[in-house]
Amino acid sequence: MSMQSTYLMVPAAPLIGAIAAGLFGKVLGRVWSHRITILMVAVAFGLSVSIFNDVMAGHTFNGSVYTWMTTGDTRFEVGFLIDRLTVMMMLVVTFVSLMVHIYTIGYMQEDPGYQRFFSYISLFTFSMLMLVMSNNFMQLFFGWEAVGLVSYLLIGFWFTRPTAIYANLKAFLVNRVGDFGFLLGIGLVLMVFGTLDYASVFAAAGQHAADMAPIPGISANLITAICILLFIGAMGKSAQFPLHVWLPDSMEGPTPISALIHAATMVTAGIFMVARMSPLYEMSEAALSFVMVIGAITALFMGFLGIVQHDIKRVVAYSTLSQLGYMTVALGASAYSVAVFHLMTHAFFKALLFLAAGSVIIGMHHDQDMRNMGGLKKYMPITWITSLIGSLALIGTPFFSGFYSKDSIIEAVGLSHLPVAGVVHVAVLIGVFVTAFYSFRMYFLVFHGEERFGKAHDDHHAHDAHGHDDHAAHADAHDAHDGDHDDEEVSHDHHHGLAPGQKPHESPWVVTLPLVLLAIPSVAIGFIAIEPMLFGHYFTDAIFISEHHEALHEMHEEFHGAVAMGLHAFTSLPFWLALAGVLTSWFFYMKRPDIPEAIKQRFSCIHNMLEEKYFFDRFNDWFFASGARGASRFLWRFGDVRLIDGLVVNGSAWLVGRVSGVVRHVQSGYIYHYAFAMITGVFVLLTIRNWFE
Amino acid sequence: MIFGLPVLSVAIWLPIIFGVLVLATGDDRNAPLARIIALVGGVLGFLVTIPLYTGFDKVTSAMQFVEMKDWIIRYNIHYHLGVDGISVLFIILNSFFTPLVVIAGWQVIEKRVAQYMAAFLIMSGIVNGVFAALDAVLFYVFWEAMLIPMFIIVGVWGGANRVYAAVKFFLYTLLGSLLMLVALLYLYNQSGGSFEILDFHQMPIPMTAQILVFLAFFMAFAVKVPMFPVHTWLPDAHVEAPTGGSVILAAIMLKVGAYGFLRFSMPIAPDASHSLAGMMIALSLIAVVYIGLVALTQSDMKKLVAYSSISHMGFVTLGFFIFNAYGMEGALVQMISHGFVSGALFLCIGVLYDRMHSRKISDYGGVANKMPVFAAFFMLFAMANSGLPGTSGFVGEFVVILAAVKANFWYGFLAATTLIFGAAYTLWMYKRVIFGAVANHHVAELTDLNGREKLMFIILAITVLGMGLYPLPFTEIMHASVNDLLVHVARSKL
Repeated sequence: MSMQSTYLMVPAAPLIGAIAAGLFGKVLGRVWSHRITILMVAVAFGLSVSIFNDVMAGHTFNGSVYTWMTTGDTRFEVGFLIDRLTVMMMLVVTFVSLMVHIYTIGYMQEDPGYQRFFSYISLFTFSMLMLVMSNNFMQLFFGWEAVGLVSYLLIGFWFTRPTAIYANLKAFLVNRVGDFGFLLGIGLVLMVFGTLDYASVFAAAGQHAADMAPIPGISANLITAICILLFIGAMGKSAQFPLHVWLPDSMEGPTPISALIHAATMVTAGIFMVARMSPLYEMSEAALSFVMVIGAITALFMGFLGIVQHDIKRVVAYSTLSQLGYMTVALGASAYSVAVFHLMTHAFFKALLFLAAGSVIIGMHHDQDMRNMGGLKKYMPITWITSLIGSLALIGTPFFSGFYSKDSIIEAVGLSHLPVAGVVHVAVLIGVFVTAFYSFRMYFLVFHGEERFGKAHDDHHAHDAHGHDDHAAHADAHDAHDGDHDDEEVSHDHHHGLAPGQKPHESPWVVTLPLVLLAIPSVAIGFIAIEPMLFGHYFTDAIFISEHHEALHEMHEEFHGAVAMGLHAFTSLPFWLALAGVLTSWFFYMKRPDIPEAIKQRFSCIHNMLEEKYFFDRFNDWFFASGARGASRFLWRFGDVRLIDGLVVNGSAWLVGRVSGVVRHVQSGYIYHYAFAMITGVFVLLTIRNWFE
Repeated sequence: MIFGLPVLSVAIWLPIIFGVLVLATGDDRNAPLARIIALVGGVLGFLVTIPLYTGFDKVTSAMQFVEMKDWIIRYNIHYHLGVDGISVLFIILNSFFTPLVVIAGWQVIEKRVAQYMAAFLIMSGIVNGVFAALDAVLFYVFWEAMLIPMFIIVGVWGGANRVYAAVKFFLYTLLGSLLMLVALLYLYNQSGGSFEILDFHQMPIPMTAQILVFLAFFMAFAVKVPMFPVHTWLPDAHVEAPTGGSVILAAIMLKVGAYGFLRFSMPIAPDASHSLAGMMIALSLIAVVYIGLVALTQSDMKKLVAYSSISHMGFVTLGFFIFNAYGMEGALVQMISHGFVSGALFLCIGVLYDRMHSRKISDYGGVANKMPVFAAFFMLFAMANSGLPGTSGFVGEFVVILAAVKANFWYGFLAATTLIFGAAYTLWMYKRVIFGAVANHHVAELTDLNGREKLMFIILAITVLGMGLYPLPFTEIMHASVNDLLVHVARSKL
């Protein structure tokens, strides 16, 4: 098999799986549907490994598969760019996807939409691969929107739940706001460069460094404008402030996809995109500063929100937001390889944390409220250990994967020369404490302490415990307002917790196996990969860094191997901040649970602000959602119905009717009336004629 | 040539002859026979247009498959037919939809079956005539004849308020057409006694006259497209029309107006086109943004899709009047794609209407529980309507937005709002109709698609996806003609 057809097979295999399970799921049955899709993803993973070896041997590829269309003097191609950045993403995507496919057998086993679910996640894998393998902006946009579609379908997978279908619409529309900017950025690229091919654009970018953007009324540097517009797309997909609002709600989807799509892969598409566009971003310090500030805001402020969540998945979701912020900060610091490195380690440990949370949810019989958990370590040992590993990696414990990537980000920001870097550095340092605090709050609440499950609770509490708390009510109100028919009674069976006296149990092997397999890279991948990825030549061809942005270079000089870096950490600030976070949460939630309660009472306004997620959802619902509906109703009633139809169209009909109503009296039907009119007419005409003569 | 007969004439007259045959079956006792004849006529009518694509010479911009016969010698009027890269696809699109609407009305129409089927077949032939006519009088005859079957379809098989809608539709479009007739007579005099459209293209015309001619054509074509602010007939006509009528109205009739701009307004009055381009672009952008917003709160599904149609047609006129190849080809692709997508959406609504006899969004909810196969197809077409890449709906919008950014960033900015509005109104409707728990006992009694309905959705799904994934065959056929038109329009005729 030639290399080119190998490339083609990688996305094609999961697509075949998706089609098989999607169109013929009924014929194939549950077992064969998951066998085929898993096999196909395994094939994609295996081929990705062989492509990785090939690329490491120096064989990169950039070429087209077919011409999508031609217009004007532009050829829109569908093609692949296979270099080290691509192949790393391919490995991450196919590996995590494979784990999630296997895990799904256990998680979704009772679900009537089993085949549909497998079809969707395979389709997602295809779309994500098309995105990362693209060699041009058009196909990038295809993958970009296609992953958005699958995300939409999967968040709304349990489509009878009002909260789920509210969340998926919200996710799609917020992403579309980002895509709006993204598409305009692509438009500017085509307009200026006359092509959408990456290589040609990057090659020609230098000639346009000093150009002004052709935007009437705005004087901005061309490259800055392109970069910021493209980044708006990344803000949607990678859930950066202020377009982050969709990601927490996306937890309405089944847990396997929270791991695959909303933690490990899709949400990192924005990070990948910026890294891919490094030759453009390197030309604009303004754009880089913008990126860095947005990332810092996301990293810090979304972390705070993780502290007040009760739903286990939402804690992990806010942690994802915060970690995406870290990656974005690294992009801003021109440390693209560090961002991508954190993307990779994060993919493993965050997928692990999500899948472990899912395992807990299975054990708790689909109760997601941490207030009903506690002491699970006794009942779910594998889940417990793997969760601990994931949490340690997340908070940056030395020698764990997350440590290498996150510490490098902090260091890169410290060395960055951008004017905003100082403030951002403080923000990411505070973020370390916050991350450790909320991560171990979750860990202690779930696995240690008093066993709070299996207590009798009334119905209202059971609903609340499902974890949508205020949001469910909110969405219901929203829907009722729209005249929807989302009934309160939700037919789905995912609304129960443990019965009184019932004990949680460890999940089946299809669930725990992926946990173990993900725990391995969560521990080891950082140690192995830091040297080649950050300081070696792994990314030299794929990522471009201007000589003015030397943060990474300076880091290299201080780097003396992975072991030394881990040892050195014990004398550095981030480590002590993380340790302080862990200890504080231990003290608060294990020793003195009255303290957080007291703080909550004392600073109720701050607590309220965090519970309300800084009022973003309320504002968006009020301003954008209701505002658009109000504008729509006004324009329709006033513009179309009153003005155009009422006044002009029916008005002219009315006018014609009135005029003819008057005129018809002339047509009396009496001959002598007509004769009289004729004679009068003749006289008038004669008079006029005489007049003029 | 098909069996020794010229292709275009066959494409026009074969459906009309079959229409007359269907009429001859008489009253509803022979309805099964009428249906079969109609289906045979529709399928044959589509098959005979295939040589137009396979035999088309992509290199030249000249008219092909030309037929020229004397018709009214006294006034130098000819039966002159021919197609170029701009018109050929629309004849195929139109003929493609005829069998689909026959299938769509198969069991649903129970009264006056023969007349219903005949109206669509005759309509199909007439529309092919509009796209193929190269003689202005012949064009005008087909153009006006087109109104009659549609008037009857809405007026006879329509909903409760059908008479208002049919009359509104008829008067609105007739008013515009009469001004076009005046313009054609003026051009006849100016040209020294020719009704050849291609002669009009070459003829110098002073600026004032160009402006007047342009405005007269504008009245005729803008109503048909329809452009803001002469669009208000469309929602009413759609709401009252039977499913097949809505499909043809959206998929085919709107394209006739847009086609008119390319065949008449721009090449005959290029200087006026340039000087009035600002107005055309403004009206197009209003259609995209304003109508996109208006669609959001419609409570009637058909009205919502009707407004969505107007908004999508805004991309077509926007693409035309940017005067570059991206815009024009994007607009043509958008026309074809909009035919597939809006046609499919109206069929989807028809499927629901046949079962529930309601178009109100609030009467539905949780349809996916009872009609999963239908929900999947509807999702595909809803996504295509939101311009998702991989579907045909993306291609035209994408290219027109790129063209708009190229012309002026802010045009692109306003046009790109469709990414948000289009998704918002389409998917919000989808959510309320399809998702959720079963809303009431009517929904609980719904049955999923039958074989006939599956067939038409499969055909449309393949086209929508095929065109989205591989639009090249659609665009390469139009390059020569579009480039030629752009060169022509760039030259002054003063």
